[in-house]
Amino acid sequence: MKRDLPTQTLSPRDWTAHPPYRYPDYKSTVRRGPTRPLVPLKRALSELRAPVYGHDAVGPLDHDLTRNAAVNGEPLGERIVVSGRVLDEAGRPVPGALIEIWQANAAGRYVHKADQHPAPLDPNFLGAGRCVTDKDGFYRFLTIKPGAYPWGNHAHGWRPNHIHFSLFGEYFASRLVTQMYFPGDPLLASDPIYQSAPEGARERLISRLSFEHVEPGFALGYAFDIVLRGAQETPMETRK
Amino acid sequence: MKTLGQTPSQTVGPYFAYGLTPEQYGYPFRSAFRPVLAEPRTPGEHILLTGRVLDGDGEPVDDAMIEIRHADAGGRFVATREEAQASGFTGFGRCGTGTDPERCYRFETIKPGRISPTQAPHIDVIVMMRGMLSHAFTRVYFDDEAAANAGDEVLAGVPAERRETLIARREALPGGVVYRFDIRMQGPQETVFFDL
Repeated sequence: MKRDLPTQTLSPRDWTAHPPYRYPDYKSTVRRGPTRPLVPLKRALSELRAPVYGHDAVGPLDHDLTRNAAVNGEPLGERIVVSGRVLDEAGRPVPGALIEIWQANAAGRYVHKADQHPAPLDPNFLGAGRCVTDKDGFYRFLTIKPGAYPWGNHAHGWRPNHIHFSLFGEYFASRLVTQMYFPGDPLLASDPIYQSAPEGARERLISRLSFEHVEPGFALGYAFDIVLRGAQETPMETRK
Repeated sequence: MKTLGQTPSQTVGPYFAYGLTPEQYGYPFRSAFRPVLAEPRTPGEHILLTGRVLDGDGEPVDDAMIEIRHADAGGRFVATREEAQASGFTGFGRCGTGTDPERCYRFETIKPGRISPTQAPHIDVIVMMRGMLSHAFTRVYFDDEAAANAGDEVLAGVPAERRETLIARREALPGGVVYRFDIRMQGPQETVFFDL
């Protein structure tokens, strides 16, 4: 296990990169987001380690959403590889990071029982997957390109195609839940969830078509790197 | 040295259950993290930590996801898989509020010990839900630890009139010890959230 140096802390959450708690264009934030200022809480890195996950957390097909729920055939839709690296702000790779993803199927329908969008379910697609980054921080999923779907937030509200990502990285406090989008999606301009992230940062949520990651003749590739808070030297003036 | 910008957070949305809490909600996928943190053999006082998440109208939120992490009864964090297997204590749990009729989250765990003389026993909490674009961190303290709470360096940094929002209430019920901890997103009793 990596040793934490006593002079190191976790780099702060960069609020110039993350959305605010309340963003009125996304209506449900108004009654759900905290209103009071956050209370600062600096802890030693040793108190912030990410949770341990079990040996059984990731099965051999969990990274392959085209096969991990197949019943009697392949899921419908456009096969894609989604891959990239998990890095910290200093560009260091984050190895051994558990990544959990979930998404709609090619028709824009989630398996979730609460999703009432009248688009078909796919009997061969669950839309949930998991993998662990390798020693250089690389991850890779094979899946189906998710469809857009309507939501009731505003007139003509349709969510752009997206895949949900959840990960911790090395620390409890580097927790990140986010969404990956696709390049050139015209729905991004009117999506309040995407737009809630500050300009200059929200572009990091858009994956890039990558011919390095394609499986030739089989699946297109999209690259999506994820940058988490990382260990940093504590500035002298705040060191205790 | 910083060279890269943090990837922005986005909401967990309403449809996380089959990806993040599939076993709890009955989807055909293994869960990586569960609402049960301790096995019967795990040393320590076994407790149920439960409560609701209330929005600005005081309505219980039925699509929130709560994650908790805490030390074992001896005040140590679980550092390896092997340790977790040896004690039956995972140190981390995840629970959605959509399966309980009262919209409660429910964690079966043990009461943590003190991780240092300057901190009272506590549980770290992550709150996320549809309608939250970034997650929030809070902490659970215990109402039967008044002396330890009085000396806790984190509580000391919280305005005195807001500390109550971080204290779980102990109830000894026939089925065992329950600590109740509601999370209020807004209002006069808004829970204290931390910039961790």
